[in-house]
Amino acid sequence: MNIVVIVKLVPDLVEEIEISESGTSLDMEWLRLIINEFDDHALEQAILIKEETGANVTVISPELEGVDDILYTASARGADRIIKLLGDFENNSNCHALAKALSTLTSDLQPDLVLTGVQANDDLDGSVGPLLAEYLGYPYVGYVAGLKIENGKSRIKKEYPGGLVAEMEASLPALIGIQAAESPPRYVAISKVRQAMKTADLEEIEVSELQASGGPIVERMYQPETGDRATMIDGDEEEVAARLIEIFKELGVL
Amino acid sequence: MSYGTIKTILVLIGLIITFGLFGWRMYQLLWINLRRGQPSQITRNWRERFKSIIVYVAGQKRLFRFLIPGTAHFFIFWGFVLLSLTILQAIIEGLAAFADPHFIVPVLGTFGPLALVQDFFAVFVIFAVVYALYVRIFANPERYKGSHKEQGVLVLIFILTIMVSLLIMNGIRINLGVDPIANWRPISTAVGSMFAGLSASTQIIIEETSYWIHLLVVFIFLTELPIGKHFHVITSVPAVFLRNLDPKGKLPAAPEFNGEVGVSKIEQYTWRQMLDFYTCTECGRCQDVCPAYSSGLTLSPKLLMMDLRDNLKETGKLTASKSQDGTPIKELVGDVITEEVIWACTSCYACDQECPLFIEHVTPIIDMRRYLVIEGRVDDELQDALTNLARYGNSFGKSARARARWTRNIEPKIKDARKEKVKYLWFLGDYASLSPTLSDITQKTVEVFQNVELDFGILYEGEQNSGNDVRRVGEEGLFEMLVENNISEFNKSKHEVIITTDPHTYNTLLNEYPSTNGKNRSVLHYSELLDQLITSGQLTFSKKLNFNVTYHDPCYLGRYNGIYNAPRRVIEATGCTITEMPRNHDKAYCCGAGGGRIWMSEGEITERPSESRIEEAVQLIGVTDFVVACPKDVTMYRDAVKTTGNENNIVVKDLIELVHAAL
Amino acid sequence: MNQEIYVVIEHLQGKVSDISYIMLSAAQNLANSINGKVVAILLGQNAQILANDLLADNLIYIDHPELTEFTSVAYQDTLTNLIQANQPRVIIFGNTSIGSDVASVLSARLGLPMINACHHFENSQFVSQICGGKIMVEGIIPEPTAIITMIPGGYKPEEGKSDHPPETMSFDPPPIEDLPVKLIGYLEPDTGDVDISNEKILVSVGRGIQTEDNLELATELAEVLGATVCASRPVVDQGWLPTSRMVGKSGKIVKPKLYLAMGISGAPEHVEGITDSEVIVAINTDPTAPIFDIATYGAEVDLLDLAEILVEKIEDE
Repeated sequence: MNIVVIVKLVPDLVEEIEISESGTSLDMEWLRLIINEFDDHALEQAILIKEETGANVTVISPELEGVDDILYTASARGADRIIKLLGDFENNSNCHALAKALSTLTSDLQPDLVLTGVQANDDLDGSVGPLLAEYLGYPYVGYVAGLKIENGKSRIKKEYPGGLVAEMEASLPALIGIQAAESPPRYVAISKVRQAMKTADLEEIEVSELQASGGPIVERMYQPETGDRATMIDGDEEEVAARLIEIFKELGVL
Repeated sequence: MSYGTIKTILVLIGLIITFGLFGWRMYQLLWINLRRGQPSQITRNWRERFKSIIVYVAGQKRLFRFLIPGTAHFFIFWGFVLLSLTILQAIIEGLAAFADPHFIVPVLGTFGPLALVQDFFAVFVIFAVVYALYVRIFANPERYKGSHKEQGVLVLIFILTIMVSLLIMNGIRINLGVDPIANWRPISTAVGSMFAGLSASTQIIIEETSYWIHLLVVFIFLTELPIGKHFHVITSVPAVFLRNLDPKGKLPAAPEFNGEVGVSKIEQYTWRQMLDFYTCTECGRCQDVCPAYSSGLTLSPKLLMMDLRDNLKETGKLTASKSQDGTPIKELVGDVITEEVIWACTSCYACDQECPLFIEHVTPIIDMRRYLVIEGRVDDELQDALTNLARYGNSFGKSARARARWTRNIEPKIKDARKEKVKYLWFLGDYASLSPTLSDITQKTVEVFQNVELDFGILYEGEQNSGNDVRRVGEEGLFEMLVENNISEFNKSKHEVIITTDPHTYNTLLNEYPSTNGKNRSVLHYSELLDQLITSGQLTFSKKLNFNVTYHDPCYLGRYNGIYNAPRRVIEATGCTITEMPRNHDKAYCCGAGGGRIWMSEGEITERPSESRIEEAVQLIGVTDFVVACPKDVTMYRDAVKTTGNENNIVVKDLIELVHAAL
Repeated sequence: MNQEIYVVIEHLQGKVSDISYIMLSAAQNLANSINGKVVAILLGQNAQILANDLLADNLIYIDHPELTEFTSVAYQDTLTNLIQANQPRVIIFGNTSIGSDVASVLSARLGLPMINACHHFENSQFVSQICGGKIMVEGIIPEPTAIITMIPGGYKPEEGKSDHPPETMSFDPPPIEDLPVKLIGYLEPDTGDVDISNEKILVSVGRGIQTEDNLELATELAEVLGATVCASRPVVDQGWLPTSRMVGKSGKIVKPKLYLAMGISGAPEHVEGITDSEVIVAINTDPTAPIFDIATYGAEVDLLDLAEILVEKIEDE
């Protein structure tokens, strides 16, 4: 069985995020990128399926700062092939562009299953998963938190709000948007990653021109005013508790 | 055939069987098994090694940390040494019996002073043995929990029997007038007098019986020696002689076995470590001082050694991958030694410090951790911490840029050691820079440095976690990465001395970081720096604080690096008096945060080590302050004061707070 | 040009979700700016009754057995047909497990530009929220037709409700067959538990609670306040509380009088669930935690200590 996993790098929200001078995009110089958490889960899910069924896992990621590390880590986790897409993803890209860029390569790999994170924090023009699914002509189901392969079909657990879960079946090949893997992404020791850097073959594939269309027309990007921040209560726990009780009384809760 | 001939034949047969069995067992255990182990680098340093034999084997130094049991063992040990000559004497007498039934062995049987010493030691040994039997059978202390007490009791009875039969033998020979140096044996004479009323023939029978009992018990003891904990009689001398003379705070390099890091099978330990497993006497002194064990976790350094020893012996017998009855062999890591045990260790070194035979308990645990890390078998919280360390260089998950945020409002601006030359490079560590609990203390540290016009700087965002605890958790790869970063920052900066407020950082920078340009790094803990500044007169105080305080020796400052007095001098210089806790200096009780434990989930504990320590401190009458010199201690003990409800009894202060207050 | 604003209604197990009403309210807002019409799109089987309180100018109801409950391909195919036929100005989906399964697929299939995570409309422009709420994006909704997914927070569900159903417009649905994605059944969450979305006072715990044992403190505090304990995702993932107590995008949307957030950082997925609270009090030792951006009151103290002291003080009262 062939599984392809699409992994994206997204802005690390621990760091500060700045807007570029034009005011309509993020300042890439300041930005530190981190693996999209949901893509990390998608990769973990793929490895879990590999461990159960002996599937072949290929991981593809677009060329952005830090991608090599991500791919080598994926290899250390158990990915069989790691591919970096070369192109100007830093400046001239969005989800539509990435999905289009991925579509030829992915369909050439003839996967039975394509996994990717259900969303990413910088998704302005949609999500890569469902866009790619459509370009491939594969059915798409997202918000999946449990996935088993049985008799050439995928058995899915789709999450709804409030803890409601729908059990669905999707025939293969399909593209699944992963919300959570069946178990959290395992730890990969740094020495294993370094080992992968020496032994794994990181393939590079050029993409034809990126077309960053399909999104909105951005006039302005800005950081929301933190003016309406919370009214902070100063003091130690005793003083805070006292003030809180006052507030609770005012509210009519006490 | 005369009785003498029979005697000789029996003694000969006994010798052959005994030494045969003994030799066979020694061969199995030492030759066969140890060769399964990995090679070991032992440093030469002969002078120190011979000195160790004198101090620790002959002098039994560490045993006296426990005064009465130590004294008892001293006599049993020396008694064994001196009285083994009487066994040799008995054997020679037996072998010569066919020719001369009353053969007196030269020197052993004729040198008076030796006989005198032996006589008295026999009594000392008897007292020691009776005391030891009392402890095992009636007192039954906690430290024996899990030890093979029956073996201990049996051997003590053997020794008692050997001593008593010896005295009876000697005593009757004196009665019969066949002992040329009877005057040198007052004790034996006294014992003999108890039988003086019996007829000569009866006495001879008793004497010969005693002889046979004496020899028989010796033979049995000797054959059983390699089995079980008394093997230490043989292995203790080489174990002490070959002890690790590297700095305590320096972990050995990560062993690789077929390209795999860490230990998952017993053969992946070195033969030297295996020798340690054999040498454990099951005394339990390590168990008694282990904070993990005392807090209710399943780790006991003693039981760990015993389990490793048993696994070594069991796996030596097996050749297939399944045991005799077809059940799959248990995994060393996970089954024989559970993951809970492996992660429970705080690396405080109390066990290694206490062990009379210098057995290393911490290193085998870390070897197994290295394996678990490679396998990804770490708990969620630890995984988070390691992921944050790899990504941000700190365990808090804060951006690297946040590291220097605490300096924002400081005037004058602290020098950037990456750009300006400084004398002292202050390496803060994660907690001092990023933990809100420590921010006040970090501020005061700056104020003290500024007060003495210290020429210091920091690395700002360039600093990353020093990696000491990363290493103790078993993540060697991450450690290397952090070291690379920090060393490259050190190389950018021109400085003379590195100072740090964190003992963990101190330990690894001093002992484990590779030297640059062949020069050893000069590293000072801030307590040492303050001590120097006070001595040189650069740091003076305007007031005497007159507090009655107690000082807690941090594990990585005290036990690991021997710094006990500098912090105490600093405290006293501020005008405080120190009242020591019962567990002080190298017996200080760990706060529980080390070994990466602060990054892991606590587990099922009954009492936190930090809480036990605070309870110990509040027992000291008149003591108002608990002084520490480590940021993790500040965190752990402040919490413990709250959770034990001792807010009105004691306050936790960092050393710098006293210095600051006395300025 | 067609100025119809389509709102794809979301319903599960016979109940219309709050996001649908929020979208309708948003659609009204937009319609006013572009002189448009709001058309509620309802797919289902024998589900006409669900349209009874939808605030819209018109309703298109498509009935088919395959549409009884949501499945991605059935909705994608039906809506493809509808959009191709009618070419509305905007189609609004919820940024949810339902809407997001469909929106991007249609964007690719029909070549329609797409705007994700829209928070509200300003005049005829959209304002979206990305990067965990740290960045706002304002811009033009491309012509002639665009797809938008909406997140809650900009409008109140009440504003999208009506006291009568909208006027129905007819539409001939296409045949739906050979669906590659089928619904097998639902796994109910732990029932028999409190429905926190109806509770007035909530004591909510996040990662900052550190251990399962510490939950006791939260429970005690809830008791003396007459409140219920709930949590953010990390706590539920650990198994310390059932999923019925989870607040946020994958959990429940709550609207209490008082929401006490203890040790919660304020990730957008969680914040989505609490924006309707009257008063939010956030306790977190990290002053940069995003929860402080939406809370009414905040304090940087240790939550365990505070909980203990609060319990004492309240009991004294």
